[in-house]
Amino acid sequence: MLSAEIIYGLTGVGLFTLGLRATLLQASLLARILAINVCGAGVFLMFVSIAYQGLAQMQVPDPVPHALVLTGIVVAVSATALALALGRRLRESKDE
Amino acid sequence: MNNLLALPVVLPLLGSLLALVWPRRADWAGLGASVAAFVAAGHIGAEVMRNATLELAVGGWAPGLGIALRADGLSASLLLMSTLVALAAGLYATTYFAEAQKRADFWPLWLLMITALHALLLSGDLFNIYVTLELLGLAAVALAALGGSRAALQAAVRYLTVGLLGSLAFLTGVGLIYAGYGTLDMVMLAGRVDAEPATWVALALMTAGLLIKSALFPMHFWLPSAHANAPAPVSAALSALVVKAAFYLVLRLWLDVFDVALSQASAGLLGLLGASAVIWGSWQAYRAERLKLLAAYSTVAQIGYLFLFIPVLLATEPGEARDLLFGALVLFALTHGFSKSAFFLGAGVILHRAGHDRIAELGGTSRALPVTTFVLALAGIALIGLPPSGTFLAKWQLMTSAIAAGQWLWIPVIAIGTLLAGAYVFRVLGHAFGPGEGVGPSLAWARAELPALLLALVATAVLGLGAAQVWTMVVPGSNAEGVSL
Repeated sequence: MLSAEIIYGLTGVGLFTLGLRATLLQASLLARILAINVCGAGVFLMFVSIAYQGLAQMQVPDPVPHALVLTGIVVAVSATALALALGRRLRESKDE
Repeated sequence: MNNLLALPVVLPLLGSLLALVWPRRADWAGLGASVAAFVAAGHIGAEVMRNATLELAVGGWAPGLGIALRADGLSASLLLMSTLVALAAGLYATTYFAEAQKRADFWPLWLLMITALHALLLSGDLFNIYVTLELLGLAAVALAALGGSRAALQAAVRYLTVGLLGSLAFLTGVGLIYAGYGTLDMVMLAGRVDAEPATWVALALMTAGLLIKSALFPMHFWLPSAHANAPAPVSAALSALVVKAAFYLVLRLWLDVFDVALSQASAGLLGLLGASAVIWGSWQAYRAERLKLLAAYSTVAQIGYLFLFIPVLLATEPGEARDLLFGALVLFALTHGFSKSAFFLGAGVILHRAGHDRIAELGGTSRALPVTTFVLALAGIALIGLPPSGTFLAKWQLMTSAIAAGQWLWIPVIAIGTLLAGAYVFRVLGHAFGPGEGVGPSLAWARAELPALLLALVATAVLGLGAAQVWTMVVPGSNAEGVSL
């Protein structure tokens, strides 16, 4: 029988793979940025499911992976912003 | 408790913020922070030589819940190199970027990159390392795009996407490690790690991410364009420091944390990739038409040598022989850091004064820019591995240990790589000493030539002749009498 955290964990792996594939294959920069975010979402989902591992003994989910995911999301947002800014500069340089 | 360890992280960060809010004084904030970080790194180096390992539990929270900063011989020596290269390249940048606006853009990012690098070197916690790796990557990408040309922007975008994939792979590995062992502190992990499939998957993911970031062949494809199109001081730091940070992490994970879970075959694979990098990088450097591209490909090759050390290290029994080889590895990394940054700074002077860096048209450079030509020659000596540079001692020790471990395959690789390095360095010098017009020397640029000269001298003379100090620092209690010229 599949427990919930395994389903979430496997979904995370699936998202990671989908994102990775698109990052490597897509030509458009915007699509690649989105794909990397999908990839990141997969990793974060894995972390969240790790927090629920062994929930029966502990009563509450492990807070450490949650803290890590929050940090990871902040990093991902900044990286996306930088990628978008670079993409805009690149487009402006094409127009000149 | 040792609050000294926080200084190399806090000081550049403070400088970065000052330079950001006070752009008219950016130069002073930047140089002041660089000097202060260098002094702090010197103190840490001296402490490490006395006490072997320093540790700081940040905020008084014990490792496990809190985050530890640690310094041992390896991190302290890389820290010292990083602060010195950053100081020299920063000094150079004050001349390189003629407009005040450019310098005001440069300093905050530059100091942020140094902050992230130092935090990475001192961090004792895997997740903290992920954060510093991302910070380092983001700051490096922004700096690489600073030139603003279309080629630089394209290279920066590629650098960013590849780097992000690398750090996501690393992060996934970190998650698996936490799921398996319930801690991310490297010292605590080292005691708990078992050789089991989950550990192998986690280590493989983390290593793959780091190999992308350290540009090991065949994941080097993003490096030449990113390093060659960045402004010269930035190229110097990217080649000398940033790729080495990822290599440092591979070394830390493979030797200190996961050594029980490793097989000789996986180390052999790293060695094979390293060997391919040595041959391919040196060959591409030999064929490069532009000086900065040559330097970038030379970095691909030199990173390859660093990875050659790993299989030999793991095959050598712990003890004096392994300590000698480990010291040689650190010496190689340090020498490459100084020589490659000097080479890039020299190339930047030529690019600025002559308006191009096409190797075939360098004729007359030796008369027009004697100091810069001397810098290229000195740095070249260290890149080839001629005595008295540190590379010579390091390669010698690597070959001796490879023979002792029965790994003969690496010997011809090192020989071919060294010959090709000789060929590409002398190709540059041959053209530089050839006939041609060339622009005259300029007093303003002398201020930029001196930091480059300092770095080249450290690579060729100081590290070679003072190599025993490196061993004393890296392997406490050892004596370096086994190696001598």
